[in-house]
Order: sequence, then C-alpha cells, then structure tokens
Amino acid sequence: MKRLKPFFLLAVVLLVLPLVFPDNYYVTVIGVTAGLNAILAISLNLLMGYAGQISLGHAAFFGIGAYVSAILTTRYGWNPWPAMLVGMTMTSAIAFAIARPILRLKGHYLAMATLGLGIIVHIFLVQEDDFTGGPDGMGDIPVLSVFGWQVDTDLRWYFVIVIILLLVLWLALNIISSRSGRALRALHGSEVAAEMMGIDTTATKSGVFVLAALIAALAGSLFAHQQSFISPDSFGFFFSLQLVTMVVLGSMGSNYGAILGAIILTYLPAMLVVFEDYEVMLFGAILMLVMIFLPQGLLFGIQNLLQRLRHRKQQQKLPGQGLEGRG
Amino acid sequence: MALLDIEALSKAFGGVRAIADLGFVVEENQVYSVIGPNGAGKTTLFNLFSGIYQADTGQIYFLGQEITGHKPCRVAAMGISRTFQNLQIFFNMSALDNVMVGCHLRTHSRLWHAALRLPAVVREERQAEAWARQALQFCGLDKVAGMQASALPYGLLKRLEIARALATRPRLLMMDEPAAGLNDTETAQMCVLIRRICDAGTTVLLVEHNMGLVMQVSDRVMVLNFGKRLAEGTPQQVQQDADVIKAYLGGGEADGH
Amino acid sequence: MSAGSATSVCALRYTVDFCSEGEVCMADQILQFLLTGITVGATYALVALGFSIIFNASDVINFAQGEFVMIGAMATVALSANYGLPMWLAVICAVLITICVGLLLQRFAIAPAHNASVITTIIITIGASIFLRGVALLVWGKDIFSMPPISGEEPIHLGQATLLPQNLWIIGGTLVMVLGVHIFFNHTTHGKAILACSCNRMAAHLAGIPVGLMMLVAYGLSAFLGAMAGILIAPITFTSYDAGIMLGLKGFSAAVLGGMGNPMGAVAGGLLLGLIESLSAGLISSGYKDAIGFLILLLVLFLRPNGLFSKAATDRV
Repeated sequence: MKRLKPFFLLAVVLLVLPLVFPDNYYVTVIGVTAGLNAILAISLNLLMGYAGQISLGHAAFFGIGAYVSAILTTRYGWNPWPAMLVGMTMTSAIAFAIARPILRLKGHYLAMATLGLGIIVHIFLVQEDDFTGGPDGMGDIPVLSVFGWQVDTDLRWYFVIVIILLLVLWLALNIISSRSGRALRALHGSEVAAEMMGIDTTATKSGVFVLAALIAALAGSLFAHQQSFISPDSFGFFFSLQLVTMVVLGSMGSNYGAILGAIILTYLPAMLVVFEDYEVMLFGAILMLVMIFLPQGLLFGIQNLLQRLRHRKQQQKLPGQGLEGRG
Repeated sequence: MALLDIEALSKAFGGVRAIADLGFVVEENQVYSVIGPNGAGKTTLFNLFSGIYQADTGQIYFLGQEITGHKPCRVAAMGISRTFQNLQIFFNMSALDNVMVGCHLRTHSRLWHAALRLPAVVREERQAEAWARQALQFCGLDKVAGMQASALPYGLLKRLEIARALATRPRLLMMDEPAAGLNDTETAQMCVLIRRICDAGTTVLLVEHNMGLVMQVSDRVMVLNFGKRLAEGTPQQVQQDADVIKAYLGGGEADGH
Repeated sequence: MSAGSATSVCALRYTVDFCSEGEVCMADQILQFLLTGITVGATYALVALGFSIIFNASDVINFAQGEFVMIGAMATVALSANYGLPMWLAVICAVLITICVGLLLQRFAIAPAHNASVITTIIITIGASIFLRGVALLVWGKDIFSMPPISGEEPIHLGQATLLPQNLWIIGGTLVMVLGVHIFFNHTTHGKAILACSCNRMAAHLAGIPVGLMMLVAYGLSAFLGAMAGILIAPITFTSYDAGIMLGLKGFSAAVLGGMGNPMGAVAGGLLLGLIESLSAGLISSGYKDAIGFLILLLVLFLRPNGLFSKAATDRV
C-alpha cells in the first residue's frame, strides 16, 4: 500500500502525539481547532485544488452545519447525531441548488459570487436572531456522546476529531487516485477537453461542490458541540479567507498540503500573540513572503527545494515555461 | 448507413456566416478531409459536431441518430472524439493520466465507490491503465508515459492528444490540424499514424492545411469556402476541380507547406 | 465601527421630517435615499475604479485596495491632528504616502510573483492588506477618528431632503477623477500603453513599452484614487484602522458587477451598488442592506456571467 504510506505515518503521529505530550494545551486544545480546520481545508482543496473552482465563501457551509446542529439540539431537543445528519443534508441541498448557476461563472466572477454567498449567509445568521440568537450567538449546545461515551474533555475531542480527520483524508485520497479524481483534475486542466472525453463537467463540478459543502457541514456540527457555543463571527468572510489561505499556503492540489496549511494557520496566530501589537502586521508579512517565494505553496515548495538540492547538477530548464508575466 | 450525415447546417456569429447551408456524408472506415482557406469554417464545423457550438439550422446525424445540439459529453458517449487546434492537454497531469482520462467512458465507478476504494474500483483502475498504455503505445508514446505533460515537447503533445482521444475507442475521430507546427519528419510520422488509425477501424475526419499530407492520407476530400461546399471527391478529383484551383490552391499548383 | 455600518448611521442622520401628506413624503424619502446612495456609490465607484485599473494592467485582484482608502484618510487625520499640518498640506502628504504604499506594493509584493497563479496572487494581496492593517493598528491604534468636512456642515435642502456640502464634494470629486481616468486611458499614449500591457505583456514589451514602469503607474494611480475616496468620505463616515475592509469588498463587488476590466463599468457598478444599498436600507431593511447588494450581484452574475458591461469574450478552441 505504497500509496497510503504517508497516510499511515500521519495517523500514527497524530494518535501518539497526546501520549508523548500529555496535558499539553497546544496539542489537545489548539490541536482540535487545527483538526477541524484541516477537515475544512481538505474539503476546500477538493473544490479549489483539484477541480480548480475558487470559493471565497466556504465558511457559509461550515456555519449552516453548525447552526442546524445547534438549533435542533438546543431548541428542539434532538439527539446530536440525527441533527448532524440533517445539517449535512440541508447544507448539501443548498449547495446543490446553487451549484449549477454559480459554477457557470469562472475566475474572478466565481470568486466574487462565492464571496457574496458567504456574506449573505453570514448576514442571515446575524439578522434572524429569533432563530439563530443573532450576533450574541447560541449557547448550551449539548455534549456529543458516542454510545454513551461522552465527549466532554479536550483529550476525548482530540481523538474524535483526529479520527474523523483521518477518515476524511482517506476518502479524499481514494477519490483523487480514481476515475472521479482524474475527472476533477481534467476539469481543472481543460474543461472543453474533459467534456470531449465524456466527462459531464457541469455535473462533476456540482458534485464536488456539494461534497465539499457536505464535509464542511460535518465539521460545523462537530464545532458546535465542541465549543458548546457558536456565534456568526466564526462563519464570516474572514474565516472563508483563512480557509482559502490554508489551502493555498499548504499547497493547492495536495491533501497533505491542506492539512499542513491548516496546522500552520492555526498555530501561527497563537504563537504570534506574544508579539502583541505586532501580531497582525507580522501575520500579514509572513503570508506575503511565503506566497512570494514559494508560490506553489509550502508542501510542493519544500518538495521542490529538496529535489533541487539532491539533483543540483541535473537541473534542466523546462520547455514551455510561461513567458507571460504579471505585475 | 453513413457514419456522419450533415444536412443543411448553418451557423452564424453575428453577421459572419461561418457555415452556410452545408450538407455532406462521411462513410465509415475512411479518412475524410475537410480543407479550405483560413476562416472557411473548418474548426467551426468540428465545434458544431462535438456540441461545443449550437447550430442555427440543420441536422447532424451520427449512425442514423440525430446529435444536433447534444452536449459534448453526450456526443463523446456516442463514439465521437477529437483533437484540438489549440492543444487542450491536461498539463496538470502526467501523460499516462491524460490518456487514462480518455478511458472515462469505458469505466463506471462513481464517486462514492472511489471514496470507499471498493475492489471493483481497484480492478477498474488497473484495466484503465492497461487500456491507456495500449493507446500510448499505438501512438509511439510508451516511453514518456510517466512524464508530466508540461515537460513534453510540442510534437509529442500533439500525439498525446491523439492517444487520449483514441483511448475512448471512438467510431469517429475528428482531428483538427494535427500537422500544425510539425516539421517534415514529424508530418510523415503523423501521416502513417492517421492511416494506422483508420486501418484499425476508426473513421477519421481531418481538418488540415498541409496539402501534401491531405492528398497522401485521404480517401475523400471536401473543400470548404466561406462556409459552403465548394467541391467534394477523391483527392485527385478535388485537385483538378477548376473552382477549387481558382479559389484555394492557386494557379494550378498544389501547395505543400 | 466599519464604514458600512457608519454609512447606515448617516442615512438615519439625514432622515427627513415626516409630514402628514402621504405621497409627497414618500418621494422626498426616496430622494433622500437616492442622494445617500449616489454619495456612497461614488465612493464605491472610486474604489471599484482602482480595482479595475490594477486588474486591467496586471490581471491581479488587489485585496489591499480598501487599505489605500484607509491609509489616505488615516494619514490625513494623523498629519493634521497630531502634527498640526494645515488640512490642504495634510491631504497632499497623505495622498503621496498612499501612492508610495501602492508603488511599494507593486514593486515588492506583486512584481516578484509575476508567474504565480491567480489564487496565489490573491493571497499575496490579502497578506498585504492584513500587513497594512497591522501597521495602521500599530501606528494609530483601534480608535475611530473623524475628519472635518471640506466646506462646513451646513446642510443644503432639496425639497424635504437634505444634503451635506461634503456629499457634493464627493460626487463632484468622483466625477472629475473618473473623467480624468477615462481621458488618460483612452486619449493619452501612456494610458493606452498600460492597456497594452494587460492585453499582451510580451508584445507590449517588444513594442518598447516599459512594462515595469507602466505597472507602477497603474498601482500609483489606483492608490491615488483610493486615497482620495477615503479622504472625501472620512468626514461623513469616520475612519479607523479597519475601515478599508468592507469598502474594499464592496468596491471589488462593484467592479465585478460592472464587468472586470471595464473601468467605466466599474464606476457604473459602484454607483449602482450604492443606490441599491441605500434604497434597500431605507425601504426594506437596514440590517440586510449589505446582503441585498450581494444578492443583486449574484443575480446579475447568474444572468450575465461576465458582468453587466463587459464585452463577451470567447475562448478559441
């Protein structure tokens, strides 16, 4: 199973980490947030990195999943698991409904449309306060329990999130090295050629859009139960941008890159807090510098660097490297 | 029954009539070439057949079934494939993966089958890879299968597009200027490849500017001018047609690029 | 407080005297909303124009555009209030500072990444906008600042609607600048040279156009427009370190609405967006004001995927 070697390695590391660093805030508490972000980043990477469709509104699906779970469990006393399923179903339905019209757009127009979508959902969450609690949010979201085993400590949440992350990663890795994955990448490479090979590009794009939304909704429900309090602030434009940044920073088109990006973007602000007033400035600077010097992202960038160091003498100029610049 | 039957086809872009009331028939197992000056409507014709453009009027029949207005993926499913004038290679994939995309129609696993890595999916993957390697070998590309498409030279990319189209096992392969940008050696190789494709059972519909190639490889030729059929027949007949000579070949000589 | 919510505060500030007659009142209200809408729309138009110019020149979506607006306004406030500079000098210096920021952005953040993909460049500009906001936070803190209007606060009455003199400055200033940009791009060699760079960089280079310089001019011009927009609107909406965010988003939205790459379309998009926002805030609900603007944008894009005024582009296959 050569294909899954890195996967098993990652699984071992993640599962063993809290045993090596017991009671460590950075592992269990921030780790849970990083894990959720990683799940979101993987879902967005399927859409952006593989199918090549920009989305600046992914946080909307995260939010819908979270709020459906919260509302059904707090206001209607539902059991968290069916509520989660309803959240995922509803989010998928909404994604399905807008997928076709929105995915006819390309490039900047698609970016803007998804951005607009995200903002509309966010405003809805803020405005409909009878339903959602408005800007003050919703609290008292009940604890999640798996056959009686209550997920009520940081450590337990860590393991739940890691297991779900590994599951989502495994699914994504399987999809990529399959007919469907090739169809996605073909779609990204040349839509017209993909159509001529018999790929229904419209259906494929919609399909991956819905899948990404579904996974985001799952993450949202988990988030709601883990935090036991949610507010619209977590689901706005900024978070959508952060997710995009995670995917691009880690390396677009790589599942592991998405996880890397999520980890870095979750831990970096926490670590920059020590710089107090300089935090925001430093964050922006780091973002710019990494993207300028490693435009293909960290994972591919580091891979390339290592390759070049190893094959220093065999370096060739690739033909057809774009002469067109951008400034 | 004819393979491809076009009746009264018309397509206009604004005021420009790219195709004007065109009708012709393509029989199976031949190399049928469409030639004409630039702007005569040749690529538009291909785009109409493959469903990328919608015809204004007229019908297109493939194996007796009407395909006018069908989406490209449906046209492909019926057994038509094509290569493009401006390369539409998937540069984000390897050569092998490019051709494996061509096997899309011959495989059936869905997204969730793939996600769960069902045994049927693994079997299909191996099968698709085998088919793809066959197509690569047919086009003389087996040695570069593992290379990134972005690293391949232009001549090989032209052939890669053909391998990819062939992997769909089409009844009809439409080739849009396959010899464009190729030198004499490569053009001669392309000529051999086209004949081999036809001999293997796929009908080839060819658009080309290289007269030498066209005359050598075609069974029938149609000359298009301003979207209308100017002449049709065997290469020799077309070469000697007075209208054609006047409009296109110029002064009684057959030009070879 | 972001510029967006501050604008709605201003809409309330101009609320008309409620009279007992029905129809006259409604017309006056609508007139009021229209006036507010054109004012806000003018600001969006300037920001959108800045987006459009940079996009036209370099295919880049500059998410830091809103920060040009913020820096223009904040620098003016700081220079006049803290350093005691007379207003006119503060404005000139602030604009120059913003132009410098724009030039630096192009030279050190955008130009080095000229081979990067669309999305990478978007992240770079996002990083730049965060960086600039961080600097502003460092230098000026989180406070909200006000700026004195150019010619006083005496409201002008149009029927039952009121207008502040600043509104006229905004609308007039925008008109002048838009006209100037239009003339620049369509009737001067330099302007056309910049457009040439965006159409085909290599060809422009070969034709002897100093592409690097043209890029700097484009960014400098965008920064100028952004700064002016900020300075003109700050007396009404106040300003703070994060005032640029929503404005940047709305400006981007307006540019897309009008059709990316069409500067006059961007201006039209900005005005349209401002009007829609103001009318829906007044007539429907002020809470959903922002959402309605984006909703209209989505509807427009669904019907015309390339924006309202762009020429339809076809891909050669």
